[in-house]
Amino acid sequence: MVLDSKIPEGPLAEKWSKHKFNLKLVNPANKRKYTVIVVGTGLAGASAAASLAELGYNVKAFCYQDSARRAHSIAAQGGINAAKNYRNDGDSVYRLFYDTVKGGDYRAREANVHRLAEVSVDIIDQCVAQGVPFAREYGGLLDNRSFGGAQVSRTFYARGQTGQQLLLGAYSALNRQIHEGKVKMYNRHEMLDLVVADGKAQGIVTRNLLTGEVETFAGHAVLLCTGGYGNVFYLSTNAMGCNTTAIWRSYKKGAFFGNPCFTQIHPTCIPVTGDHQSKLTLMSESLRNDGRVWVPKTREMAERLRKGEIKVSDIKEEDRDYFLERKYPSFGNLVPRDVASRNAKEAADDGRGVGASGKAVFLDFAESIQRLGRAAVEAKYGNLFDMYYQITDENPYEMPMRIYPAVHYTMGGLWVDYNLMTTIPGLYCLGEANFSDHGANRLGASALMQGLADGYFVIPYTVGDYLATIGPKPVDNSHPAFAQAKKDTQDRINKFLSMKGTKTVDEYHRDLGHIMWEYCGMARNEAGLAKAKQMIRELREDFWKNAIVLGENEEMNMSLEKAGRVADFLELAELMVDDARERKESCGGHFREESQTEEGEAKRDDENFAYVSAWEYKGDDAAAELHKEQLIFENVKLTQRSYK
Amino acid sequence: MSGNMNLTLNVWRQKNVADKGRFVTYKADDISPDMSFLEMLDVVNERLVKKGEDPIHFDHDCREGICGMCSLYINGRPHGPKRGITTCQLHMRSFHDGETITIEPWRAEAFPVIKDLATDRTAFDRIQEAGGFVSVNTGGIPDANEIPIPKVIADEAFNSATCIQCGACVAACKNASAALFVSAKISQLALLPQGQPERYRRVQAMVAQMDAEGFGSCTNTGACEIECPKGISLTNINRMRRDYFTAKFFKEEEIN
Repeated sequence: MVLDSKIPEGPLAEKWSKHKFNLKLVNPANKRKYTVIVVGTGLAGASAAASLAELGYNVKAFCYQDSARRAHSIAAQGGINAAKNYRNDGDSVYRLFYDTVKGGDYRAREANVHRLAEVSVDIIDQCVAQGVPFAREYGGLLDNRSFGGAQVSRTFYARGQTGQQLLLGAYSALNRQIHEGKVKMYNRHEMLDLVVADGKAQGIVTRNLLTGEVETFAGHAVLLCTGGYGNVFYLSTNAMGCNTTAIWRSYKKGAFFGNPCFTQIHPTCIPVTGDHQSKLTLMSESLRNDGRVWVPKTREMAERLRKGEIKVSDIKEEDRDYFLERKYPSFGNLVPRDVASRNAKEAADDGRGVGASGKAVFLDFAESIQRLGRAAVEAKYGNLFDMYYQITDENPYEMPMRIYPAVHYTMGGLWVDYNLMTTIPGLYCLGEANFSDHGANRLGASALMQGLADGYFVIPYTVGDYLATIGPKPVDNSHPAFAQAKKDTQDRINKFLSMKGTKTVDEYHRDLGHIMWEYCGMARNEAGLAKAKQMIRELREDFWKNAIVLGENEEMNMSLEKAGRVADFLELAELMVDDARERKESCGGHFREESQTEEGEAKRDDENFAYVSAWEYKGDDAAAELHKEQLIFENVKLTQRSYK
Repeated sequence: MSGNMNLTLNVWRQKNVADKGRFVTYKADDISPDMSFLEMLDVVNERLVKKGEDPIHFDHDCREGICGMCSLYINGRPHGPKRGITTCQLHMRSFHDGETITIEPWRAEAFPVIKDLATDRTAFDRIQEAGGFVSVNTGGIPDANEIPIPKVIADEAFNSATCIQCGACVAACKNASAALFVSAKISQLALLPQGQPERYRRVQAMVAQMDAEGFGSCTNTGACEIECPKGISLTNINRMRRDYFTAKFFKEEEIN
């Protein structure tokens, strides 16, 4: 099979407009003859479901939560980028495009990213019209801030909960269509398999999380908007229920998986306190604008601090190592996420970490409080300081915060072409679940932008082209592929329920997380990855022998839900390791220790690795096959990052 | 680790909506004060699973106080003893060694128990579906800065919009009234220029659906405001009432 990205011909700025014109249209009277299945109701899913229903299609929308409004997009704090140039500071569609390709370390498609930047401006208009209460200035116009090291102020925000406000906007649009009868909403339904019939995606298999009923649903097209797979690391900033099952099952039905090893690790999270830890809480990156990162200069001092023999205030200024300021004099504490994260882990691995576990570094505001006054610091960061205090019981006005990196976002996901269609005809993938726009590293405030761009402004055009091609012939679940997929799912559930071993599913998940964090996390090398592959295989084998799954299918069963998700993570993990091994360069969030500059910085290898890796499933016992989509850069100049 | 606590839990267990349900007592030993309340339940559950006993079911997801999925009535208060946070943000250091903690689901006719501590809150979704939106389609929208909105109005709309739809207001209310939740959405949209064209239809539709779901009446006790993890103000209820009366006393063409 040859990968065809379907990038339109012509100049970059005209590709999307021309493409929209060339796409086939569905006659307005025919739209109601089509059914589209949307899985997931975060920003991508809710916006897609609402927009398609408004056009006249019938939509069936699914989420595992008890309400569509709880999808994890809700937790995004910072903001959403858009090239509005309201600030007159030189922003433009082209600049947002350029920044995003560069930020992704030149591993994203130019055409996709340019389209994203183009539609970014429409997103803000749409959200404001829905009643999203963005921050405003006294003149009544929208406020902007600069975010994640961008040179222009293009980030729109709603205090610290931009994600919730944008999602509530999309949720309200979805509710309107549910009310009109155009969307049928299925909450507490988890997609457990994809149905491929006659070579096309034609439906899904779900389990009703309340009754256990396994059902099949048919549609003319299936849209997966199911988010990222950061929970493969066990601890991440994702919600507890976030999982890979929908995209992983689809991968096993023939959809290629793009860049699985590209993971983003966020430097400013609250550190782990013990084995009981269930998730990690992110604190806004903006803290690094005024906080200084440091650890004690010597291991001895760090150890005495950890044991409580000395206090932070006992460590003199000259005994503190402000390692980011020391190593990167021009960017200091504001180096990109991956650089800050890696250096924090290096300090901890060197035995100079702080906190009881030693897996933390300080983020110190003492100097800022002295310089700006406590009131100014409180005005800027008050809510974050309160949150930190709430979780840790330590007052950051009086002693430095402790921070540590945590898995935050996965740039990888199902491979999609320019139309967001996977390698299975009729199967689309939107938002974080696809691989498409962020390359090897995502910029701050770009995730919300991509989710809504895909759902509001891309898929309504591109899915129409496919639907017009296949025609409005009714679909139902009478094809034998439906019965087969349903039976496979039921067999799998029964298999889980027969597992009466000694180790809980959570224990396996934690073990998997340790392996991934240690060997396929912030820094990766050949020996570690080879070891991880072996360890994952052994763990997976052990899981199927010794895990405990309790209860029965015909009820709410947390144990069973979790088992299915962890079983899929145990498979995905190996593909991530394979991908990380194969990509012998460093780029963005992927740091291969073998590929670094003399100063210890990530070193890209454009000659050999300027491609998207797209993995094809070949069976449980066979190695996945790697396909390469070469990336062609006609507009941006590839440069090596330097933050010295 | 030193400083860990031994606790007794009185937990509501109920197999399904038809089951009568009962309190079951569990020992929760060696609990770190750094655990969140839900992490403490995770630990208890893992020990139950190891013994082959069905774990305690409860709803939860983001564990950072924004998705609104976690609930729990802890020692007689929704989201536990502290103000302004959800159950997932509550830490065990808020309890003391040897304490007995009673954990119940939300109690309201409109929120039937699904299993143990998990309840069905889809009534809230149906109220939102009845009118909690501005009827605009995707695309063809004027520029976002076309209509200036005074900062104080935008900020006030935001304050109403911070509701996370958890249902603590209903659980706290002796009447199981949903007035705070419903009025928060109505206020958000009634304050903004974008919400004006449908303002009076919206309030009637949402209130009618609220009544149809079986929530009780509001009698101004104010418990909801105290227990709301997001600090949604009672002022929202006043706004809802004002708009509701306006809608009922005047014809649509007289008020629009």
